[in-house]
Amino acid sequence: MVRIRIDGQEVSVPAGTRLLDAIRQTGGDVPTVCYHPHLTANALCRLCLVEVEGWSRLAPACVTQAQEGMVVHTASPRVERVRRTLLTMLADAVDLHEAADLQPWLQRYGIAETREEHAGARRFPLIDDNPMYVRDYNKCVLCWKCVQICATDAQYTFAITLAGRGFDTRIATFYEVPLPGSPCVFCGQCVSVCPTGALKSRREYLLEQGYTPEDFVHFAAWDAAAVHPTATAFRPGERRK
Amino acid sequence: MDWQEILAPFADQGRAGLLPALHAVQQQAGWIPPEAATAIARTLHVPPAEVYSLVTFYHMFYDRPTARRIVRVCTGPVCQAHGGQQLLEDALRLRNLEEGQPDEAGEWMVEAAPCLGLCSHAPAAMVGEGLYGPVPDASALFQPEALPQPVTHVAGPVRRLTQGLPRQRPLSLGEYQAQGGYAALEQALRHLSPETVRNQVKAAGLWGRGGAAFPTGLKWDYAAQAPGQPKYVVANADESEPGTFKDRVLLEGNPHLMLEGLILAGYAIGAREGYIYLRGEYTHLYPILQHALAEAREAGYLGQGILGTDFSFEVHLYRGAGAYVCGEETALFESIEGKRGYPRLKPPYPTTHGLFGKPTVINNVETLANVPFILREGPDAFRAYGTEDSPGTKLFSISGDVARPGIYEAPFGLTLRDLLEMAGGVQGTLQTVLMGGAAGVFLPPDDLDWPLTLDQGRRRGAPVATGTIMVFNQDRDLKALLLSIARFFMEESCGKCFPCQLGTRQQYDLLQRMFQGRAEARDRTRLADVIFAMHEGSICGLGQTAGLAVQSAMQLWPHLFR
Ligand SMILES: Cc1cc2nc3c(=O)[nH]c(=O)nc-3n(C[C@H](O)[C@H](O)[C@H](O)COP(=O)(O)O)c2cc1C
Ligand code: SF4
Ligand code: SF4
Ligand code: FES
Ligand code: FES
Repeated sequence: MVRIRIDGQEVSVPAGTRLLDAIRQTGGDVPTVCYHPHLTANALCRLCLVEVEGWSRLAPACVTQAQEGMVVHTASPRVERVRRTLLTMLADAVDLHEAADLQPWLQRYGIAETREEHAGARRFPLIDDNPMYVRDYNKCVLCWKCVQICATDAQYTFAITLAGRGFDTRIATFYEVPLPGSPCVFCGQCVSVCPTGALKSRREYLLEQGYTPEDFVHFAAWDAAAVHPTATAFRPGERRK
Repeated sequence: MDWQEILAPFADQGRAGLLPALHAVQQQAGWIPPEAATAIARTLHVPPAEVYSLVTFYHMFYDRPTARRIVRVCTGPVCQAHGGQQLLEDALRLRNLEEGQPDEAGEWMVEAAPCLGLCSHAPAAMVGEGLYGPVPDASALFQPEALPQPVTHVAGPVRRLTQGLPRQRPLSLGEYQAQGGYAALEQALRHLSPETVRNQVKAAGLWGRGGAAFPTGLKWDYAAQAPGQPKYVVANADESEPGTFKDRVLLEGNPHLMLEGLILAGYAIGAREGYIYLRGEYTHLYPILQHALAEAREAGYLGQGILGTDFSFEVHLYRGAGAYVCGEETALFESIEGKRGYPRLKPPYPTTHGLFGKPTVINNVETLANVPFILREGPDAFRAYGTEDSPGTKLFSISGDVARPGIYEAPFGLTLRDLLEMAGGVQGTLQTVLMGGAAGVFLPPDDLDWPLTLDQGRRRGAPVATGTIMVFNQDRDLKALLLSIARFFMEESCGKCFPCQLGTRQQYDLLQRMFQGRAEARDRTRLADVIFAMHEGSICGLGQTAGLAVQSAMQLWPHLFR
């Protein structure tokens, strides 16, 4: 066991405990969106950064291990300024309405969701190309979890991947082929880990759109055009800039 | 096209064959057609989606047809100040093209490029596989054969690394030997233990010239002492920091100097394999390095039982494909391993978990080029120039508004003013010096009199390790310059971590709004917050430094940011 101090509160945790778990044990919390206990941790969202006394750089709580004597601040001015700025930038770029883990934090910092007017938002057409789930990448924060679970963290299917780079990174199939033409086995694992509602069961989506289970009978086969004529998939070779 | 035949040479390389295979296809077909990507996936046993993922990460690979020749016009800081943006627009208009769209015949395609490392020849461009500059006008871009081969001016008071440069053609192995080349290697292999080699480098006080200024001997000790085999040494020849062109000039003129340093590094840490990671845009250097490697192999400086000792060492040459971030050491490893160039979390550090997860030393080209001198002449001779904390000489890339832009080799401890005089003085009235590259800081004309050393640079937050000095006179448009820098980081962010992925875009958008007079009252605070979040929150040096230049500009010229 090691003893650490979090926001003034002493806690004892087993050596090697993630700061994130120690923080939650004290009743505290930090926002997370890329972390998942069963997936490889990449610590890429940086929302969980905390200040450790004596460390020059802020530490991601999701991967940093508790060490004897650590003094941790989860809401110092430095931490809060980074966190608030990250959440603000995220809300400008991405539709976070269904990001359940982030909503309380947006409210706490009073961050208005101004994405609709924001010129710098990422915008994508809804992709409804298979009977199993719809993809609305307007809601995608690029946490990588779907790609990880589809690949070596669980499924070894390699249907979806990261494409492009920088701000224009996106989740894609091989040359943007529709999912049924990809190796996807429709296991639904990606949908289950998506923290933002970007990936959603098609049934759930249709119910939200006002369709009833009876309507589904009429969609004998999958037919995107029947439900929303605007949905499109990217064509192979088409480049998004 | 018969992809199998093109891909055969890479079949046994597995995933690490991905970048070489993609280069081969790109060169043959002008893009990576889906069928070729599938063939690569099958040949190298990699999921097809991951091949596509790579194609879309590296800017020199295309997922759509291009043209027989691609014209890449530099819009880096120096070139844009010397008409680069205009050149790009003129070229597009001349051929009636859209940026990044091939003409109907598939002959030409024109696009913007980040700094091409030819800043002393601004405005510069890459046409096909060649670098050219200064480009007189847009029409010249379409007759590259008529453009002169640029030769970068090389000068300076001490010529340790640059002896005999510049040259039209690289020093051959024989010529290098005649200058004392490979004597250090011979001496070390026959008479010195690896530990002694490391101690000499430590005693010389050499530190890295790639950016972070880390003590070289210490880095070698860490890797030598790290458990695990095999170990690797890597030469970082990805030079892409805007305004920096010293590594190109060294490799063009004297490739064996770096190579001897790399072999010595391998000996010093107990590695049997080395890698050179060459910037994709430095295509012309690929055959030069291939030839140097062949010469060294022929002469027995590479291979089994070098010079009759039991030390064996082989070097692999890799080419990047258009990604600044791959100069970051861990992203570079990922790239060699056939992955997207995403920086890794640190710790663990490369000295314990580097290339292929093994203990690795990675050094900049110029750092390695210093090693033969240290071993041949001794640490004291090395320290004869420079200062206590910054011994030796440094290659400075000086470009922009000076009479004679080029590479200057000078001892540490001179001032910026000394260097500008050496380069023939400022042309026009000095407005500012951008020091350290796009990831650097702006200095005002009255702040040029401090000695260029590690300590003095750190005190001012001005990076000295790369020796990058871009000079701008009063005629240059600061707003355009800042936008060019912001655009560079936006286009080069890998996108892995949120602060940089989102922040580089916001920085660009906010600057554009401000400079177009559309700023809102809170935008200045927003910009400061964005820069703060990138600096404090980003995973790697790219994001951490992406706002430094803008931040220094906000201090120097607050009136621009309203
Ligand atoms: C975004 C980024 C780009 C970099 N580009 C280069 C480069 O092109 N060449 C280089 O030698 N080092 C580059 N570096 C620094 C390397 O990560 C590493 O520190 C260096 O190669 C170590 O060599 P040295 O100790 O000899 O300086 C870069 C770092 C970052 C963060
Ligand atoms: S689709 Fe969902 S799981 Fe996948 S990267 Fe985007 S937010 Fe994460
Ligand atoms: S700082 Fe930028 S370049 Fe570095 S890992 Fe993060 S997104 Fe990628
Ligand atoms: S949850 Fe820790 S970095 Fe994303
Ligand atoms: S070559 Fe254009 S700025 Fe460096």
